Amino acid sequence: MTPQNKLLKKECLPTFVETLVKGGKLLYAPTKENERIEFKLIENFSEIYLDYIQTTKSIKSIVFPPIEKLFEYVADKEHVEIKDVNLNTIPETIVFGAHPCDAASFKVLNAVFTWDCNDEFFLTRKDKTTVIGLSCKNHDDYCFCTSVDLNPGSTEGSDILLTRIENDNYLAEIMTEKGEAVYKLVKNLFEPAPQVDKNAFVTQLPKLFDLNDLRGKLSFEGLSWMQQSLRCLSCGTCAYVCPTCSCFDIQDIGNQTKGKRVRIWDTCALPQFTLHTSGHNPRHFQNERWRQRIMHKFSYEPERLHVYGCVGCGRCSRACPVNINILENLIEISGGNK
Amino acid sequence: MDEFEPKIVAFVCNWCTYAGADLTGTSRIKYAPNVRIIRFPCTGRIDFMFILKAFARGADGIIVSGCHPNDCHYTSGNFHARRRWIVFRSLLDFLGIDVRRITFSWVSAAEGAKWADLVNQTTAEIRKLGPYTSYHKISKPEEEVIYG
Amino acid sequence: MDRVKQKARDLLDSNKVQVVIGYEEGTDGTARPVFIMDSKNIDKLIFNDRCYHNLAVYLTKVEVEKIGRVAVEASLNTLKGIVKLASEGQFVFEDIDILGVNRNGELYEFASLDEVIDYIDQHPVEYSPEEISLLRKIESMTREERWEYWQEEFSRCIRCYACRAACPNCYCDACIVDINQPQWISPTPDALGNLEWHIIRAMHLAGRCVNCGACAKACPVDIPLNILNLKLAEEISKNFGISEEFLLTNYPLAIYDPNDKENFIK
Repeated sequence: MTPQNKLLKKECLPTFVETLVKGGKLLYAPTKENERIEFKLIENFSEIYLDYIQTTKSIKSIVFPPIEKLFEYVADKEHVEIKDVNLNTIPETIVFGAHPCDAASFKVLNAVFTWDCNDEFFLTRKDKTTVIGLSCKNHDDYCFCTSVDLNPGSTEGSDILLTRIENDNYLAEIMTEKGEAVYKLVKNLFEPAPQVDKNAFVTQLPKLFDLNDLRGKLSFEGLSWMQQSLRCLSCGTCAYVCPTCSCFDIQDIGNQTKGKRVRIWDTCALPQFTLHTSGHNPRHFQNERWRQRIMHKFSYEPERLHVYGCVGCGRCSRACPVNINILENLIEISGGNK
Repeated sequence: MDEFEPKIVAFVCNWCTYAGADLTGTSRIKYAPNVRIIRFPCTGRIDFMFILKAFARGADGIIVSGCHPNDCHYTSGNFHARRRWIVFRSLLDFLGIDVRRITFSWVSAAEGAKWADLVNQTTAEIRKLGPYTSYHKISKPEEEVIYG
Repeated sequence: MDRVKQKARDLLDSNKVQVVIGYEEGTDGTARPVFIMDSKNIDKLIFNDRCYHNLAVYLTKVEVEKIGRVAVEASLNTLKGIVKLASEGQFVFEDIDILGVNRNGELYEFASLDEVIDYIDQHPVEYSPEEISLLRKIESMTREERWEYWQEEFSRCIRCYACRAACPNCYCDACIVDINQPQWISPTPDALGNLEWHIIRAMHLAGRCVNCGACAKACPVDIPLNILNLKLAEEISKNFGISEEFLLTNYPLAIYDPNDKENFIK
């Protein structure tokens, strides 16, 4: 479809959201509680907090839950019976107020989950999720979306992108059919869009390094992986708050006769991630695991999946207990500010 | 609806309480059938996590019992256990876990009658408290978690 | 701070140590651990209130052992971590060089482990009023409120294990939660898995925790884990009459007193 622009007046925003909630879909939006900003399941517009720079956790858990049941099993001596998950029970969901970095992350996850086979769990969840993005009014020192070929007003991944323009009204860019379906539900709230320069209303974030430079300089050996990662504590925070990290572990919960198989998030920062049964660990030292994290996002993924595994949201840097700032390290590797 | 029958798990030491419970039986003293006894070599072997695992698998009440102080078959197992229980019980209480559901007791091999009383009293107490719904509710492993 | 830097420079230049672990300015107004291997970078070293990380955590890491001999810029909490680790046989105290710093960043030198212990004794632990008031607040709740409170806090846990990673005393190669044959603690970030994880973490640190608060500060979702440790530290000193000095080099749950008192064993 051809994208179309509309105007959503600020006074119409609560009705817009509450109509969607009443429409029976689950609606997640940023909230602020005890200074913690997180996406939460919303019932009323008043719970929503839109003046945020970044949430701690990303929206990835909506399409790639930290625990997901894959099947149930019942077994006796002769038979094993597998009961599949009924994917029809996955609810229709709307993510409201996600910044362009989060919206773009679905593309990265999609590349992974459709790489050598189609992951029906992820794909069903993604198909049933509509993203109503929100351009960024502000950024902080950890943000670097412009350096990874995105920008604070990017429509990538958003089904509708809202941008706050004059008089706190919103420019709505309806990008996809899913977005149009939402628009049709509440058509009467929208007005024709005025002629505006959207970029004048989004935050100006300078580009801090060049992706091609970075990719050209990445090398398995020879870089200061050790120096960059010495203070790393080997926890999994960076991967768990990352919108694009997609590694998981498979666990059986139950016993020999009855139980279920689930997948749960895993992280390459933990030494157990690559530990072999023999006791050998190909990534025994933290610098090897840090190298994997960077190389995977900026070398392996672009090579194999034709997409960079980073959207520049800066969550990993904000959440890191020892302030390992990925931006600082990427600038260092790529050879400084451009 | 059926009347609530408490499920009680007893972690007992081999040398005193287990023998004590045996004596209860050979003395033909009748006591509540709600208890499932699990025998350990010593109270020192009773890992604090066993208590939580029992709750998670559906127990409503728990008895932990072994030799009286100074009577441990291994000299000091029960002294070590006592220290651990003091700390563990205060942690559980602090987390809002219902410590009234965990009964600690010293029962020697000669105290068959005490064992019967202990089980009867504990059963009555748990019957009054009802099923441990709040813990059982969180014990069903989640099939799906979405943050938010 | 100048004397700290000078001493660090001397140690590196004379090749007595291969790395100095200290603090440097991080990004966005934070301070962060730094590893200095070349004395020309020594001016990066800082010390101020933002330097809360317990650097003792690095002394048991394989990556650090590989570099060689270590000197540590050690705050009071780091010193406690070092004493505790040495008492648990994780390294020989004499194998580490200590650049003690007091609150003002002035150098303290120690000739022996005993001197460190004396220094720690002269500076008893001071809990922040916020910590104490939160502890008392939770204690004064009803049981149901406490349950709700902790369930709500633990519900945010993403099982990143930053609490474990930031703790100097969590140094096991294979943590109980990583053992899956048999699976003892569920690795799933659901209510039961999270509760069991936080209980076992608190219990394994009971009587060993140096109350530096690194776990809570590392937590990306702000679970007040240090309050659990603080509660157990209080219980241990209250019930067993154990002094802080004794705790530094002993593990109270590995010993007993035949006269230990309780009020709940029938």
